[in-house]
Amino acid sequence: MAVSVNEAVPASPVRDRTPPARRIGGGGRGRSVLEIALLTVLAVVMLFPVLWMIETSIKENRDVYAVPAKFVDFQVTLAHYRDVFVDPGGGRSALSVAFLNSVLVAGVSTVLATLLGVPAAWAYSRFALKAKKDQLFFILSTRFMPPVVVVIPIFLMYRQVGLIDTPLGLILIYTAFNLPFTIWMIKGFVDEVPAEYEDAAMLDGYTRLQAFRKFTLPLLVPGIAATAVFALIFSWNEFVFAIFLTSSDDVRTAPPAIAGLIGGTTVDWGLVAASSVVFALPVLVFAYLVRRHLVAGVTLGAVRR
Amino acid sequence: MSDAVPLTTDRPGQVASVTPPARGRSRRLSDRKLAVAFIAPALLLLLAMSVFPLLWALYLSFTDYSATRGGSGSFVWFENYTAVLTSAQVHLRAVTTLIYVVGAVVLQTVLGFSIAYLISRRTHGRGLLTTLFLIPMMLSPVVVGLFWRFMLDAQFGVVNSMLGSLGLEQVEWLTRQRMALASLIMVDTWQWTPFIMLIALAGLTAVPKYLYEAASIDRASEWFRFRTITLPLVWPLLLIAVLFRAIEAFRLFDLVYILTSGGPGVSTETLSFHVYKVAFLGFNTGTASAYGILMVLVVIVLTQLYLRYLNKLKED
Repeated sequence: MAVSVNEAVPASPVRDRTPPARRIGGGGRGRSVLEIALLTVLAVVMLFPVLWMIETSIKENRDVYAVPAKFVDFQVTLAHYRDVFVDPGGGRSALSVAFLNSVLVAGVSTVLATLLGVPAAWAYSRFALKAKKDQLFFILSTRFMPPVVVVIPIFLMYRQVGLIDTPLGLILIYTAFNLPFTIWMIKGFVDEVPAEYEDAAMLDGYTRLQAFRKFTLPLLVPGIAATAVFALIFSWNEFVFAIFLTSSDDVRTAPPAIAGLIGGTTVDWGLVAASSVVFALPVLVFAYLVRRHLVAGVTLGAVRR
Repeated sequence: MSDAVPLTTDRPGQVASVTPPARGRSRRLSDRKLAVAFIAPALLLLLAMSVFPLLWALYLSFTDYSATRGGSGSFVWFENYTAVLTSAQVHLRAVTTLIYVVGAVVLQTVLGFSIAYLISRRTHGRGLLTTLFLIPMMLSPVVVGLFWRFMLDAQFGVVNSMLGSLGLEQVEWLTRQRMALASLIMVDTWQWTPFIMLIALAGLTAVPKYLYEAASIDRASEWFRFRTITLPLVWPLLLIAVLFRAIEAFRLFDLVYILTSGGPGVSTETLSFHVYKVAFLGFNTGTASAYGILMVLVVIVLTQLYLRYLNKLKED
């Protein structure tokens, strides 16, 4: 990974952070500077590919393939971004259709997973059920099945009932794929709301269901929103089911469409980069919005702080 | 008691108990119904979309069914399983997968933990640093795979270009047998080191400060503090992260598909990728199902291990 170490020097010199003076023992200031330098190098290595992608997306084609690579002195163009949305022959490009399909599939499946997941999560949190732990572990373990294996019978099943190459087919599988995560994640949020709130409401004459709707649900809204955002990201990024269960341009979502750009004899890497940026941008924005819940989110709701 | 419950239109069990005689009993009963009504839809969907397909695959694994030939296929008992388990091709893929999983997870753990440790020692700019480091993890494997394929291109890739300007030899990252597997591990490490870092950081920030203060009063060395305070407290959480990554790496398909398509030759074909080839290029659906079921067994064992540690962590 010594790939872009030479970038570290011009890109960002050690910042002007004052090392905390109160460090007891250890090498003190010199060591702190060393640590900051090390962190900076690592950050540059980790971020370089992302920066390079953005840079490639705004380069003229001849600069994209320039050897040696051009880091700063290139012609800026937005042509690749135009190509993402507009077809060269006029009208909408296939990629923009794929983006709309992604919005539809990811959006609807997220809503469905939330509608199914919130009540289930609440019930698992509040009621004493038979083999509750086993049920919850079973639910989570369905999420760990290798997609390539699951997709074989799903493919045959969909072929039987005519769901191959339909948005509904993708929506169903994505809902099932996000449900375990949604249940685990939201159960964690419900656990944090004291059950006494509902008990008190029920003493006031509300039914159990009304108590849930009027008192617990409003408190869960931020947690549900965060969970939905993660479900949205997972479905948005999903590739394996998308490529095996859809084929036509009208139904295909963005990941297989972008991957399809490298199928031909010549690859327009500028276009690949631009569409990747367009594709990744909403994810990064959303991920930033839910940064407080990242630990729980990326471990499928299993680990909480 | 008003019955305005618009959330649920199709629930018959809700009209009862206007006059509650044996209140405790009737409420418990309706609680039960409510629980069933709330959980059943979710479980039914999971049964239909996860369990049923797997059962179907289990059935197919005992037949010589082929998705293109049609017909229902005839029953061959364990022939598919013996074929998969004794196949030298499969053994080769198992070794490739093992190298990949172990290599990637070890690298990610070492790097991720180191970064987390360095970040946890900073007092300023921690939030910003963490956010920046997390970017690769949020990207789709498609984007990651495509982009590294471009950067690692032997002719016009930026990586070789940089090596060139440093006066180093060019490397055929994706077109040489051993190098391709190493590149796959490298790209996976790039993407998932932030995952380990994130979880390690959560563990590190949870270590109570007073422990360190007590240790420094005792003039304990840095290494001693790390070994006796930091590591034991962070290890359980780190183990969860490691197991999680191992399962994910074992299942991995998309990155291989995009970055190398299993090549050159079969040098980067993992088990997942091989199943795909048997199922969708060879159309040996029966064999592929048996292959898949065997993979599922491995995943189940790993998942059980993961859940056991998770359980232990939650109980503490």
